[in-house]
Amino acid sequence: MADDATSTNQHHPAGAPDLGSPAAVRSRLAEHDYLADTGLSTAIFLALRTQRPLFLEGEAGVGKTAVAHTLASVLDAPLVRLQCYEGIDASQALYDWDFPRQLLHLRAAEAGGIRDADAIEAELYTRRFLIARPLLQALETSPCVLLIDEVDRADDEFEAFLLEILSEFTVTVPEIGTLRATEPPVVIITSNRTREVHDALKRRCYYHWLEHPDFEREVAIVRARLPEISERLAREITAVTQALRSADLLKPPGVAETIDWARALAALDVHDLEPDVVMATMGAALKYREDQDRARRLDVGQLVRQALAEV
Amino acid sequence: MPWTAADPVSGAVALAAALRGAGMPVGPDRVQRFVEALDHLDVRDRTDVYWAGRTTLCAHPEHITPYDAVFAAFFDGRVADMRRTERMPARRSVAVALPSSAPDADQSRDEEQSALVANASSVEVLRRRDVASLSPGERAELDRLLARFAMPGAQRRTRRWQPDRVGAIDRGRTVRALLRSGGELADLRHRSVRHRPRRVVLLVDVSGSMTPYADALLRFAHAAARGRQSTEVFSIGTRLTRLTRELHHRDADTAMAAVAAAVPDWSGGTRLGAQIKAFLDRWGQRGMARGAVVVVMSDGWERDDPQLLGEQMARLQRLAHRVVWANPRRARPGFEPLVGGLVAALPYVDSFVDGHSLEAYEHLADVVAGRR
Repeated sequence: MADDATSTNQHHPAGAPDLGSPAAVRSRLAEHDYLADTGLSTAIFLALRTQRPLFLEGEAGVGKTAVAHTLASVLDAPLVRLQCYEGIDASQALYDWDFPRQLLHLRAAEAGGIRDADAIEAELYTRRFLIARPLLQALETSPCVLLIDEVDRADDEFEAFLLEILSEFTVTVPEIGTLRATEPPVVIITSNRTREVHDALKRRCYYHWLEHPDFEREVAIVRARLPEISERLAREITAVTQALRSADLLKPPGVAETIDWARALAALDVHDLEPDVVMATMGAALKYREDQDRARRLDVGQLVRQALAEV
Repeated sequence: MPWTAADPVSGAVALAAALRGAGMPVGPDRVQRFVEALDHLDVRDRTDVYWAGRTTLCAHPEHITPYDAVFAAFFDGRVADMRRTERMPARRSVAVALPSSAPDADQSRDEEQSALVANASSVEVLRRRDVASLSPGERAELDRLLARFAMPGAQRRTRRWQPDRVGAIDRGRTVRALLRSGGELADLRHRSVRHRPRRVVLLVDVSGSMTPYADALLRFAHAAARGRQSTEVFSIGTRLTRLTRELHHRDADTAMAAVAAAVPDWSGGTRLGAQIKAFLDRWGQRGMARGAVVVVMSDGWERDDPQLLGEQMARLQRLAHRVVWANPRRARPGFEPLVGGLVAALPYVDSFVDGHSLEAYEHLADVVAGRR
């Protein structure tokens, strides 16, 4: 098993040499501005090594989707994204026949005087008339990173369908036959936990629950994403969002919101976080009126002073 | 046995057994995955072993706390005494029966009465009777009647299409028909928007004041949830408990036993506001309550400040398609919604209905389905 995995990794473009341990995974992700902790880098390492999907769960905005994006650039492989939604089915996720093109082909064949019905029909159901949707695309593009985003939004029948594809990495099209991935894609599945995903699907994956980062890591993330921001402002903004996170809000701000907020402040050319600036730009992070009301009651000046005292 | 790097497989199996002892569902396939993961990591390194186990043996965030406790104990060789102390409370004896209606002095009189009623019309009478006043025999009959219940939510439009005789032209099917007939336009195929029932969320109050109704309401919930993926059931009291899984047993009595074991706060106090907030924070706002028909089954007794309940009901109403409140006490003569919690909640309730008899439940099912 171990030998097997190593040999596949060798013809991976950016595989074996520098992703040989959780620490290596971590430093490669950091080069691409994604600061993972030990747990996440171990999970990614195992997923890559054993070619199993990685199931990421966590609050909105903790950086689940960003893992896939970063991994794609680390591996220098294209990212294929399947956004799940209620009612998604095989023709949107897997493949569909290109009917207008088939029709055109049929008309053209008729006009050309070809009368052999069997030959025309055989031609109509070939790969060139098949539209590849994300899952088929991912099987045909190797290597690639397949992101199955927000799987909890799809219906549970769709999970069973995913399970089938993810266990074999093959797709059977009745008219054509079985299409197989030359190399299984790196699969990242994310869920916001709007409902419980079935255990059968989880069992196939490595499971990782993503937490909000601690203060120092979050400051580092903001700094990595927005190099133009001063260390001081990054600390101030992080201190405020972390305090908001523990303030019992309807929608606590995630890391994505911290970055958005910092970006807004950078656009305003703010270098020091004053309470009135916080009030004016709060909409970047808090999207409920009740949450904004609650935030107004917090003593922002105190929070900022506290954060700076810790430097 | 504690962890030894020399024999990680036995160690992994023993850790899995310890986790199972703590109430975590760790199957052999997960253990296999764990061993497989260890194969790629350093088995002497505590962090590596920890994360290998956490990514393979845990499947929910709730598993992480017991996992941490068991892992720490296991790695330090304290596993023997850990098994007794760290057991998750969910694994209680099933012998805790559901609190059924308290047999009172009226019972014998009720039995005489019901014996007089002709068998044919007994169902009709039972339909209108207050659930809290039934004799054991009538209760069994009621359980049978409840079991036949189904409660789909009101219809909603989906993004999907379905074949239809009239409506917009279905390009795909028309072209396929065309291909079959060799390019001749035989007839046009049509399609229309598909409708589906909305999700139904039941919040059942199991506090002390609701004790006479809790059993019937949960059986009703079982019938409504059984075989329907889109129905979710929670019990509320002093704590919020998700019962959807427990109620998926086909057999009503098995389901009730599972529910009895899962609910930690039978006949306790009521903190409706806090529980509805917990529901919205953990489940509702993320999607479960969105566009759903939410039914609160409670008498509205609130121990805490009713203001919180009002705020949370307002929030619930903004998320849900429809909020229905079923109150078993509503049908009592001289009922006025004067209970603090109820007064605070009612402005945000779309339909306020009875919840005391079979007939009331039939009416409730109609309201939920949007037929009334």
